[in-house]
Amino acid sequence: MRLAAPLLSGLLFAVGLGVAGMTLPANVLAFLELRDPGLLLTMGGATAVTLLGFPVVLRRERPVFGLRFVLPTRRDIDRPLVVGAASFGVGWGLVGLCPGPALTGLAGGSPQVLLFVLAMLAGMLLHHILLERKPS
Amino acid sequence: MFVSTILAPLIGGVLIGASALLLLWLGGRIAGVSGIVGGLFAAPRGDRGWRLGFLAGLGLGGAALLAFDPAALPRELPAPWPIIVLGGLLVGLGSRAANGCTSGHGVCGLGRRSPRSLVAVVVFMTTGMFAAQVLRPLLVGGAP
Repeated sequence: MRLAAPLLSGLLFAVGLGVAGMTLPANVLAFLELRDPGLLLTMGGATAVTLLGFPVVLRRERPVFGLRFVLPTRRDIDRPLVVGAASFGVGWGLVGLCPGPALTGLAGGSPQVLLFVLAMLAGMLLHHILLERKPS
Repeated sequence: MFVSTILAPLIGGVLIGASALLLLWLGGRIAGVSGIVGGLFAAPRGDRGWRLGFLAGLGLGGAALLAFDPAALPRELPAPWPIIVLGGLLVGLGSRAANGCTSGHGVCGLGRRSPRSLVAVVVFMTTGMFAAQVLRPLLVGGAP
């Protein structure tokens, strides 16, 4: 049961990306070049569901299969947030892929998508090694 | 025209939102893909299972797309390999530094009315448009 929920959520997420056409970099780039508002509808549809649904879910004392909700608590705007989001955006706009569509796209067997995912994992590992590991 | 340009992106978005809602309701977790993947490097052992479960679901969803709608999966990326590597590195590093990407900050963070997520979304949308409109013509050339 504990694995069924994330498995189902991941499956739904990937299918949603595919239905929306956001697994295809051409569609993402068309949005970023202001040629096609599709991604705005996708983000809008997704955010409408979370905006309406999250408060209802969070009224519960705890999730169905868990002890507590694990939510970010920070509200400060710091430099890593802005610099990180800026760098992320540049990578996203250069190739037209972000983590969800990239991982979903792996199923297509394209070596270029695999290359992107490996570079993305390297970037995450680099962040972990350089910035995340706390002195113990 | 209406179906492919309006209805499909909207319904896909609603499915993505439903996926995030499902994970929060059942598992108590935020469906942020970069956090789920990046957390694998640092997470204690008991915190790994749900992450791998979600990623297996993404893979399964990808396989379903391959079976029913293979055109939904990219065959070629609209960039030469050095740009693909650079883009992947920036996406990986940046999303971890910012503690989220299009899903964690976009779909979930906006739903939680998080001020950090709103800032992140405005920043990455802006630099994303800059990269697609200004950097890509310089580095890649031509439209995709």
